[in-house]
Amino acid sequence: MSFLELKNITKRYGPMTAVGDISLSVEKGEFVSLLGPSGCGKTTTLQMIAGFVEPSAGTIRLDGRDITRAKANSRGLGIVFQSYALFPHMTVFDNVSFGLEMQRVPKGERKPRVEEALALVHLSPYAGRYPRELSGGQRQRVALARALVIRPPVLLLDEPLSNLDAKLREAMQFELRDIQRKVGTTTVMVTHDQSEAFSISDRVVVMEAGRITQIDQPYRIYEHPQTEFISRFVGKTNLLPGTVTAATAGGASVSLAGIRVDVETAGLSAGETVTLCIRPEKLRLTAPTQGLLTGRVADRYFLGSQWLYHIDGPLGTLMAVTPNDGSTPVETGAPVGLDWSPAVVRIHRGTLAEAPDPALEVAG
Amino acid sequence: MTAQPSAAPSATPATAPDDDAPAARVRSAPLILSAPAALLFAALVLTPLFLTALLSFNEFDHMTGRTGGFTLEHYRSVLTDSYYLEIFLRTFRVSALATAICVVIGVPEAYILSRMGNPWRSVFLLVVLAPLLVSVVVRAFGWSMLLGPEGPINAALVALGVGRVRMLYGEGTVIVALVHVMLPFMVIPVWTSLQKLDPAVEQAALSFGASRATAIVRVVAPQILPGILSGSLIVFGLSASAFAIPGLLGGRRLKMVATVVYDQYLSDLNWPMGAAVAVLLLTANLIIMLTYHRVVEGHYRRRLG
Ligand SMILES: Nc1ncnc2c1ncn2[C@@H]1O[C@H](COP(=O)(O)OP(=O)(O)OP(=O)(O)O)[C@@H](O)[C@H]1O
Ligand SMILES: [Mg+2]
Repeated sequence: MSFLELKNITKRYGPMTAVGDISLSVEKGEFVSLLGPSGCGKTTTLQMIAGFVEPSAGTIRLDGRDITRAKANSRGLGIVFQSYALFPHMTVFDNVSFGLEMQRVPKGERKPRVEEALALVHLSPYAGRYPRELSGGQRQRVALARALVIRPPVLLLDEPLSNLDAKLREAMQFELRDIQRKVGTTTVMVTHDQSEAFSISDRVVVMEAGRITQIDQPYRIYEHPQTEFISRFVGKTNLLPGTVTAATAGGASVSLAGIRVDVETAGLSAGETVTLCIRPEKLRLTAPTQGLLTGRVADRYFLGSQWLYHIDGPLGTLMAVTPNDGSTPVETGAPVGLDWSPAVVRIHRGTLAEAPDPALEVAG
Repeated sequence: MTAQPSAAPSATPATAPDDDAPAARVRSAPLILSAPAALLFAALVLTPLFLTALLSFNEFDHMTGRTGGFTLEHYRSVLTDSYYLEIFLRTFRVSALATAICVVIGVPEAYILSRMGNPWRSVFLLVVLAPLLVSVVVRAFGWSMLLGPEGPINAALVALGVGRVRMLYGEGTVIVALVHVMLPFMVIPVWTSLQKLDPAVEQAALSFGASRATAIVRVVAPQILPGILSGSLIVFGLSASAFAIPGLLGGRRLKMVATVVYDQYLSDLNWPMGAAVAVLLLTANLIIMLTYHRVVEGHYRRRLG
């Protein structure tokens, strides 16, 4: 029996369905991330668990208890709001202490706990300030400390780290993970940031337009996206339309605009229309004419630890990512070969649902 | 709130230093733009005020009327006469009570209003504001008919066997009527500051297990304090200088400062005396309101900005 369970939860605002019939089970002590584009219903889902938005249909159970209609102040959850929702008229210290006070923690015990929570988010020197005297990232950390200090059985985090710099964000991610491991807090986190979702979650829930499209371990979401939308939304990907020419012993043979490639997916039949997904980092650059394809470097971007190439070839422009191993990168305009092993190719059946959305590609 | 106005002037130095003509124009723009309102204010408020102040120093003789000259006699007689002191005290007591009752009724009213769903909210907002559309005099007459010896309330009391009760011409009646008239002036500023509140902040309090009442007292109320403060100032100021309500419902016996001023001007024809009382009322009002403002707002300035 899972600890937190959403069953067929739906939320409608008038004719608009913000969340449509989602079901999700979270085990005790599990860290689950809701990942999805803006407006897909992540906050709404979290707010229904928190009790601030009433579901139009469905049930929510926490630890075996039906809390669908329970009052928000009886649920005992720790929440970080997307807008932080700090108490503007209280100091940082009082903000963090408020939850303890409500739990009737004795005064003497409150102070060390508040200080500990503030130290955790690196805000000890700011205890006496008011929220409006803090930067956005500092406010966000107060919100986090305020939720953590009450040691709730369930933490609901709505983009808790979105406003922090890369370094601090990473530090906080590890802190969150650490707390969650040590205390066994069940955590549901909303995030736009897939690397954040991947690095600290046990499982990732991908949402799209109010529905859950995949629930899986981060690695599997990345390697085996179940829909084209996910392969585009999660990470960068090359999508290649093709037609199955023949089923073979090891999988199938697919024709991509006349170029024959092998894939390892079983169960395909000749004549079927498919879309091949290949992650850019799984493409290898080779000497021209030596790979499966030959193309020309149209653009290259330096990403720090990697180089990203846009390569024009017979299948249009493909993205390839190579590790920055210190060697000289390929020049723009130079011809290169592209190679990959059949094992890295994922197949989606059917044609491209829609033209790839450039905004989503950039987000990845 | 403070960030926006300060952003505008900081943009002006960005213009090149050699063309300072436009820069000067930009700098004088606020003056030019506020000039019409300032002139209107000077003509319609400051001038009569100034003339009233001057008038209050004129000498007065019951036989010959106003006779120019300069005297502090009127101030002396007002400040030393227990009759006037009692009226001043009554005025401020009545105004303070009316303000307190307006806070007690108006703040929850505004809160409930802000929590209502849409069709009802508009309807009730209109109900709250509707009294403003009816003249104060008409409303005062309404109260005097309602509470009068032959009014429906007394008729009901007689029918119940309680007997006739004298309700008109008492402090209580004046306070009730003042509350009725002033309530919108409390509800509107509180409602405005409630609109600015992030509902998530109250939710955050609930999420920590706070009861609804605790959330309101500890989290909502402190944030709408500026609204309550301005509402109280408006209500107090208007009540302390109210004329129609005490005039019509207080009768001849229960005088308030504004009615005394009226009597001085129109019954005794002692204009300088009336002017002196008016100036004293204004001064006392200002002192009370500024003190109140300082105490309450100074307390919260740093927190709420
Ligand atoms: N109170 C409301 N009334 C009407 N529509 C709403 C309301 N709240 C949310 N919505 C709509 O529901 C959808 C989901 O909103 P939600 O806030 O859950 O998105 P989200 O996934 O959290 O997005 P983001 O990542 O931008 O925060 C949106 O299309 C939004 O416009
Ligand atoms: Mg959101």
